[in-house]
Amino acid sequence: MVFYVAGILLVLIGMYAVLTKKNIIKIVIGLSIIDSGINLLLIAIGYVKDATAPIFSNETLKAADMVDPVPQALVLTAIVIGFGVTAVALALVIRLYDNHKTLNINKIRKLKW
Amino acid sequence: MRKVIAVLLLGIVGYYIFSSFLEIPFGENRATIGDYYLENSVEQTGSVNTITSIIVSYRGFDTLGEVTVLFLASTGLAAILFDNRGRKRRRQHASLIVRIGAHLIYPLIILLGAYVFIHGHLTPGGGFQGGAIMATGVLLMFMSYRSFEVNHKWLTYLESFAGITFVTIGLSGLIWGDSFLANVLPLGVPNELFSAGIIPIIYIAVGIKVGAELTGLLDNLLKTIK
Repeated sequence: MVFYVAGILLVLIGMYAVLTKKNIIKIVIGLSIIDSGINLLLIAIGYVKDATAPIFSNETLKAADMVDPVPQALVLTAIVIGFGVTAVALALVIRLYDNHKTLNINKIRKLKW
Repeated sequence: MRKVIAVLLLGIVGYYIFSSFLEIPFGENRATIGDYYLENSVEQTGSVNTITSIIVSYRGFDTLGEVTVLFLASTGLAAILFDNRGRKRRRQHASLIVRIGAHLIYPLIILLGAYVFIHGHLTPGGGFQGGAIMATGVLLMFMSYRSFEVNHKWLTYLESFAGITFVTIGLSGLIWGDSFLANVLPLGVPNELFSAGIIPIIYIAVGIKVGAELTGLLDNLLKTIK
């Protein structure tokens, strides 16, 4: 249960950073914190008490005492997608900085809320 | 004022997410699809790492899409930063200790990355993780030496070669097997390096592709001054 709380808290912290911060780099960091929180939540859904990783590295391991492999496989995909999103976002930030010479979104016109 | 509004909104969002997660039992039984994979994956794919068999074999087409997304990300980034060609990294030379240390560790990190993706069907790890480890090795060199350059032409060749290998193996499954990415090679004995048919070959291709892509991407991101 503590993993659910931690995952949801990470998502909320990331959303808070995205909503309130003025620095674009901090907003991108917030996005990647949301990513980590969601990945942690997905892994926590697949958790089984006292179970090990789903790798049959020796004969004594039985399928009955292993965690769910499906969320882990999906999270691997999600990490890669999150990485791609972060990389493209950082590239856009570099372009914005080149054009406006500032990272503060209040100083960049047409980007206010 | 804005912070108060943000906290209130997040409180509402968090309450609803959490109350829906309370319905999901924590740490109890698995979903039925997970049971199926755990019981059948070793006989059906020959890979002892169930996650690898899901990613490369059962959901191999999805992984091809994932690799495509990564390729699109690196292409898009290069398109956004296209006039960074010929620019230099802002970073100055690091101190002597860092430089010598980086030079010593760099080949070992590349070796560790290769180990991780070659043993992707036996140990925790795989193509994406191994490729990322290799890229961190190159990043260490980027941060220590201002003059360290990678050859983008060779990176493109490596990347294309790995991608073509993936698709060719998938098409060979269509020719000799019964579906795209069908496992046409002998499965061998589980828990040995040469087992699991096409899974290690695909994971090596994915590892090389991810490593080359991440290296090119880091190089593009770090070159900011003329």
